[in-house]
Amino acid sequence: MSSPLWEVFVRPRRGLSHTHVGSVHAPDADMALRNARDVYTRRQEGVSIWVVPAAAITASSPDEKDAFFDPAADKVYRHPTFYDVPEGAKHL
Amino acid sequence: MYGNDFGELSGLLDQVDEAEKALVAAAHRDADAGADDPQTYFDGVLAADQKIEPRDWMPDAYRKTLIRQIAQHAHSEIIGMQPEGNWITRAPSLKRKAILLAKVQDEAGHGLYLYAAAETLGISRDELVQLLLEGRQKYSSIFNYPTLTWADMGAIGWLVDGAAIVNQVPLCRCSYGPYARAMIRICKEESFHQRQGFEILHTLAHGTPAQHAMAQDAIDRWWYPSLAMFGPPDADSTHSEQSMAWGIKRFSNDDLRQRFVDMCVGQAEVLGLRLPDDELRLNAETGHYDYTQPDFDELMQVIKGNGPCNRQRMAHRRRAHDEGAWVREAAEAYAAKRAQPVGAAA
Amino acid sequence: MTGDHRVPEGQLAQYALRVGDDALIAAQRLAEWSARAPEMEEDIALSNIALDQLGVARFLLSLAGGADGRSEDDLAYLRDDAEFRNCLLAEVPNGGPTAPPGASGDFGVTMVKLLLLGAYQLCLYERLVDSSEASLAEVAGKARKESRYHVDHAAQWTVRLGDGTATSQARVQQALDDLWPYTHELFEDDPLAVWAAEAGVGPLPSSLRAAWDAIVLPVLEEATLTVPPAGWHPTGGRDGRHTEHLSYLLAELQVLHRAHPGASW
Repeated sequence: MSSPLWEVFVRPRRGLSHTHVGSVHAPDADMALRNARDVYTRRQEGVSIWVVPAAAITASSPDEKDAFFDPAADKVYRHPTFYDVPEGAKHL
Repeated sequence: MYGNDFGELSGLLDQVDEAEKALVAAAHRDADAGADDPQTYFDGVLAADQKIEPRDWMPDAYRKTLIRQIAQHAHSEIIGMQPEGNWITRAPSLKRKAILLAKVQDEAGHGLYLYAAAETLGISRDELVQLLLEGRQKYSSIFNYPTLTWADMGAIGWLVDGAAIVNQVPLCRCSYGPYARAMIRICKEESFHQRQGFEILHTLAHGTPAQHAMAQDAIDRWWYPSLAMFGPPDADSTHSEQSMAWGIKRFSNDDLRQRFVDMCVGQAEVLGLRLPDDELRLNAETGHYDYTQPDFDELMQVIKGNGPCNRQRMAHRRRAHDEGAWVREAAEAYAAKRAQPVGAAA
Repeated sequence: MTGDHRVPEGQLAQYALRVGDDALIAAQRLAEWSARAPEMEEDIALSNIALDQLGVARFLLSLAGGADGRSEDDLAYLRDDAEFRNCLLAEVPNGGPTAPPGASGDFGVTMVKLLLLGAYQLCLYERLVDSSEASLAEVAGKARKESRYHVDHAAQWTVRLGDGTATSQARVQQALDDLWPYTHELFEDDPLAVWAAEAGVGPLPSSLRAAWDAIVLPVLEEATLTVPPAGWHPTGGRDGRHTEHLSYLLAELQVLHRAHPGASW
């Protein structure tokens, strides 16, 4: 089963702005906030956190060129596609 | 206590800072705006030492290679929690218990950062976890060895994390933005891990005879597997050339392995412990240490699934996953009961 | 140096030991979840909580041992079961109070236990900030912030498990039924507790009950769980009469340290 993906934005101190730091999985917004606090701030005090469902983000980056990317598909990440991961261990 | 022993390590951390500065500097340079053809554009970004970002066009093979590499790195962090977690409840002092708990927690966090980076390439974490549980993706073979004594905590910190740092610092300059940024974050957080391992060993080596013997025994068991972490010799490494061309791999296996050996020799002397290699000696011509290669046949066997702990590590992971299913299902059900369209008024 | 079985003399030391042992044993149980949690984010959260508890334990054990020259490690590793002063709730295994040794952890048991014990610790620390004993007041100031987080975390999960699926509700209700009897001991007054209250060192345990109810009962209600009826209530931890479970826990905790008497780590 899938726990949705949330993008995490952190403002370390008053006066600075929120910066994207990464993502977490969580079943809902309240848990996403708590998970983000644990993973990205290690519970430092005074830190402001935003979590946003990844699916809710609308993105535009004109200098990223992708001939196959549907311009109407304005999500941050490519849509997950199912493709075959090569079987067997190909170590580094 | 350590004097210059960590000179090499600080040098590596300086390289992490340099990589971060380079990333920021590159961000201020213009990419070639004239390229219409996606491949030309992609090649141009790499040639300019700039970063490919998630929405860029990229060759399918580049994307697949990255997914495999980042995911296997993430799986390694998660599986790696097991051998070290094995000694948390038995840590011989409360301070050591706390440090080990924090270290293993860091590893979970690193796994999360890496899964997040892999997800930007269009695969979900669930899929990656499934690939691991099905044995279709691997994790670092080093974690298929058992942690038999407390001294193994020292050996893992010093040798395994040391090797990982040597491997990981160059990845801070990886061409794929999310991976490079994750690696910078990870390398910065990992600085205390190797030092803790060194400290554990130093205390043991200078402790009771039984403790000294425990430390030496751990080194005897972990040295060659740590050397094997750098992969097969360059001549036998099939993917390296393409990975280097793509800016995913920066240095060859043998180069990194040599760097690691050179780093450890001096540190071993400070520890007062012996590296289990009679051939280890400084080569005046090359300026590097000659050393005995690890058993690469053994490495292949371990990668194939026949190491001491492969079955145990996978069973542990599957069990944790299966036993947690009811919890994840409950959380999903609870969220579904309350689902509202995004932006709807409360 | 063989196992030093003496409980520290002095009532302050004994009092600190109760609070510290609660935290130490709680930390050990939480640490057992490393690399076993239902989700990776939860592994991190549980380790965070374990580290918080361990930090408080170390401070209080140092305090308790200081009077007669024993370290936090002397107290943690060299006392036998009968010298530990933790409540029985803390030592309940992660699989539940009737689980056999070595059983897998039940996340529902751990979350309900964290709710019940964490709420008790929160109520205690909220009062300890006013302790006449400066060092207790100091540790309580930090500990209560951490406890608020622990209770919040436990509440989030208790609600999700209770109001999740039919399976999860049944499991976590069972956990609550199994753990509830152990809560009675938390609020029992005895001569040492009475001394502490009269000396302004710490609150009377029975005086914490109302605040504890105010935290716990709304969570259980939101979780659609039924509060078990009062009935059998085991006790004895504060006097060193523990369950069979503590012996196994201590065997694991202490084995390596005891195997190398006098060694440094």
